[in-house]
Amino acid sequence: MTAYFKQDGPVDGAALDGMAQGVLGRPVPRIEGLAKVTGTATYAAEYDVANLAEGVFVTATITRGVVKSIASEAARAMPGVLAVISEARMTTRAAQGTAGEAPEQEPQRVSYWGQPIALVVAETFEQARDAAKQLVVEYDADTGVALDPATATSEPQEDEAIDMGDLNAAMQAATYSVDMTVETEGHASAAMEPHAAIAAWEGDKLTVHASLQMLNYNISELADALDMDETNIRLVSAYVGGGFGSKLGISEDVVAAALASRELGRPVRVVMSRQQVFQCIMRRSETWQRLRLACDADGKLTGFGHQARVSNLPGETFAEPVLQSSHFLYAAPNRSLSMDLVRIHRMTAGSVRAPGEAVGMPALEMAMDELAEKAGIDPVAFRLRNIPDRDPEGNLPFTSHGLAECLRQGAEAFGWESGTRKPRHRREGEWWIGTGMASAARVHNASEAKARVRLTADGRAEVETDMTDIGTGTYTICAQIAGEMLGLPMDRVTVSLGDTDYPRGPGSGGSWGAPSIGSAVYLACKALRGQLAKRGNIDEADLVLKDGAVEGGRSVADLIGGEVLEEIGHYEPGTNEHDYTSSGFGAFFAEVRVNHWTGETRVDRMTGAFGFGRVLNEKTARSQCLGGITWSIGTALTEALHFDPRDGHLANPDLAEYHVPVHRDVREVEVLMLQERDPLASAIQAKGIGELGMCGGAGAIANAIYNACGVRLRQLPMTPDRVLACLRD
Amino acid sequence: MRPFDYIRPTDAADAAERISGAGVKAIAGGTNLLDLMKLQVETPKVLVDVGRLDMASIAEDGAGLRIGALVTNTNTANHARVRADYAVLARTILAGATQQLRNKATTGGNLCQRTRCTYFTNTDQPCNKRKPGSGCGAIGGVARLHAILGASDQCIATYPGDMAVAMAALDAKVHLTGGATGERTVPVRDFHNLPGQTPWQENVLETGEIITAVTLPPPVRARQIYRKVRERSSYAFALVSVAAIIAKEGGKIARADLAFGGLAHKPWHDPRLSELLVGETPSPALFEKVADTLLDSADARGGSDFKIPLARRTLIAVLTEATEDQL
Repeated sequence: MTAYFKQDGPVDGAALDGMAQGVLGRPVPRIEGLAKVTGTATYAAEYDVANLAEGVFVTATITRGVVKSIASEAARAMPGVLAVISEARMTTRAAQGTAGEAPEQEPQRVSYWGQPIALVVAETFEQARDAAKQLVVEYDADTGVALDPATATSEPQEDEAIDMGDLNAAMQAATYSVDMTVETEGHASAAMEPHAAIAAWEGDKLTVHASLQMLNYNISELADALDMDETNIRLVSAYVGGGFGSKLGISEDVVAAALASRELGRPVRVVMSRQQVFQCIMRRSETWQRLRLACDADGKLTGFGHQARVSNLPGETFAEPVLQSSHFLYAAPNRSLSMDLVRIHRMTAGSVRAPGEAVGMPALEMAMDELAEKAGIDPVAFRLRNIPDRDPEGNLPFTSHGLAECLRQGAEAFGWESGTRKPRHRREGEWWIGTGMASAARVHNASEAKARVRLTADGRAEVETDMTDIGTGTYTICAQIAGEMLGLPMDRVTVSLGDTDYPRGPGSGGSWGAPSIGSAVYLACKALRGQLAKRGNIDEADLVLKDGAVEGGRSVADLIGGEVLEEIGHYEPGTNEHDYTSSGFGAFFAEVRVNHWTGETRVDRMTGAFGFGRVLNEKTARSQCLGGITWSIGTALTEALHFDPRDGHLANPDLAEYHVPVHRDVREVEVLMLQERDPLASAIQAKGIGELGMCGGAGAIANAIYNACGVRLRQLPMTPDRVLACLRD
Repeated sequence: MRPFDYIRPTDAADAAERISGAGVKAIAGGTNLLDLMKLQVETPKVLVDVGRLDMASIAEDGAGLRIGALVTNTNTANHARVRADYAVLARTILAGATQQLRNKATTGGNLCQRTRCTYFTNTDQPCNKRKPGSGCGAIGGVARLHAILGASDQCIATYPGDMAVAMAALDAKVHLTGGATGERTVPVRDFHNLPGQTPWQENVLETGEIITAVTLPPPVRARQIYRKVRERSSYAFALVSVAAIIAKEGGKIARADLAFGGLAHKPWHDPRLSELLVGETPSPALFEKVADTLLDSADARGGSDFKIPLARRTLIAVLTEATEDQL
């Protein structure tokens, strides 16, 4: 049976809170944690497959043009080499998130430096890598290829544009205003596990073990690329070693492994090198942003302008959604928001950890800090003064709104000193010390999701869905929801994820995974409770299940009576999507030190307070927030893709030279989570949390740098050279 | 990685003999060489594994110390005498890489590690060091990590290590064997070459020659500092680094040995700096003058412009720290 629910309005607030098991929300350790730390969790490339051949990509050494010839024969003559594959169905980019169709194909046409153009397959990985490295390729290279976002052709993004009132007039009439530009550099997802796939055919049936975030879309993308029927494809991603957006769409390894396996009639594994992951998956676009903010003498915003310019390859529709939260975060009657997309030949720009807000929010929050300073208002008070009652553009109500509460609780926990703030007021030896804050916002989306829950004859629950766990805690929260609803301790719930033979989940992306799949599991369990109540002749509302039994009565196994009960929960976001604006909110507070001599910045402590509806697991939710704050530190201080200005190749394509924060950069971090229920956000009253922790945090660090040493930088990351260039003696 | 033969020599003489052929490379910890082999930046036909030879101990050497070529970075940094008498050396080692890498990396290998210029490690880009005559990709490219002192029109790469910077400040000696002249000793300060027109000749090692040990001179009573400037606080190469051994007597500087990382194709040592400092009373004006001298020939090429003021300020910070509360 299928328990279907489309969310047209609020859900009953009592449902999950009225259960007796008491596992939901608790800081339950990851149920797959032991397998992961003992190395027994099997990741995509680790399956033991007989007769496996190994494929290694050859990548383009020109920026744009065509492959004229590939010296396949010479490679074929090398020891162990089985094939050099460069057929037209190979994909040359990763698919964009939720594309559901194949990305660009035809590897002979090169559109960025480092693009896959062929796959060398050999008996061993070492043989394939050696032959790939030595393969001689001739090109017809184009000249005059656009590489510089500042000068490339620009396309206005009409969907993003808003004009309300008269911003120019508001700026002129304002008591205080700021008009500033902020630039941010490109980012890489930098997931630990590289993209990898093992493909094997049995007749017309294809099975691929891969490292992917959204199997529900990936299966369609793969079917489209290979021009075959989805029903003949099985994708498995049981464990994923981090995604951060880079595994939303099928990557080149998946399609190439499938094609090579077909051609050779044996299983083929393709593991991308670290450099290839950096060079031919996804980048976050660099951004150029102009912020114009106007306020009156009381610190009420009267004008709000946010313009952005981002880049992508020709043919790609994705434009880093920089303005996403700017549309609703602060009230101001005169608004002008617009975005331009320029076309350049760097690798595909796509979703990288909190696309949009990760770079848009820090820029906005830097501007808010400057305006608060001009107006002589404490920055926390300034934000509190400008929180809208309704979405200022669509005039929609919010599903729930925790910003004010996060600002207050965060300020208190951090020990924020309100009042007049002066930069360069505290020095310890060589170090300038300062504090700063910023708001956090990340749009909440729910997505269609299905999950099967089975009650076995011995009274255990089994949850099955093709939803993935990319390290976020999905296994655990699914078990907690089922355990809570069905009155089972955690050791009597098993969760199977990441296999397209199971019902379609929502995929892990856009922070919608937990609320969406959680809702599907909840719905299935609710239906099972109905079945149990009927069997026990109890009114469902009175059914209290705990530790495998009806409270004070028969065991669940006894009620089931030797059968197996099964339900599929099917959740769909309904009219709420159009009737409300929904977002997670929060606040960041940072204390930093800036070295007077060297311009080095270290974040001494950070506090983040977040409101995102129901907390499903206090431990994994907190870990998500900690991760987001860590990325905030990277965005503020170190992360930048460096592209060669002549051929556009990525000059720092590895974890040694692309600097994510190390442990020593992440010192004292405190996370507060509001106790919130959002009955409009999902069936389980939860919103997404994965990305919220980095949506604005870099702004808090930037504002703290100013407070510490008096330098207002308008570029991220704020590396020592940039700080020094502005630091007064 | 290209297929290669693997040989384990019996002793240093055997090793030297086996290394003397073309396409032969010595390997010890392999922390740098294996990465470069995977990228086919290095394509040896034969690897001679010197890692098991009897050169892994630290011993008294008169009043000084002899560190075998195969002593791991971790063991050097943790050694009681090193910590007590050569703190700058322990500090430089601990400022580099990660614990895991330091457990494998050896003294000899560390001296020979190659640049992290990404035009060198990317075989699809030009690099005179990797492929003589192909050009320098870093000039006009992304050159944040690159040299501001002693570079040439052929190469602007930097030597990436930390340990050798302390050794240059300490005026340690490198002991070599197996070359045409037999056993010989070279100061660390002269061990690495500037790129000139032959950037692939990174040090003075001759074909068949291997490092057997590094000796440290008798210790001095002095303030020993290593300051490494970088964007993140660990696991990053130096933008600029300064090793300093500075002593004062009667209010005047009695000794001042300085070496720098991140500035050049070798650990940078400029004898003029000691001459300017020794016998003088510390003052901001003096430090400015020393910084002017260090950087009087500095030449950045775009990406590394910032290193000129950064090196100046870091040097002044170190000199200030080293002299402010010493009697």
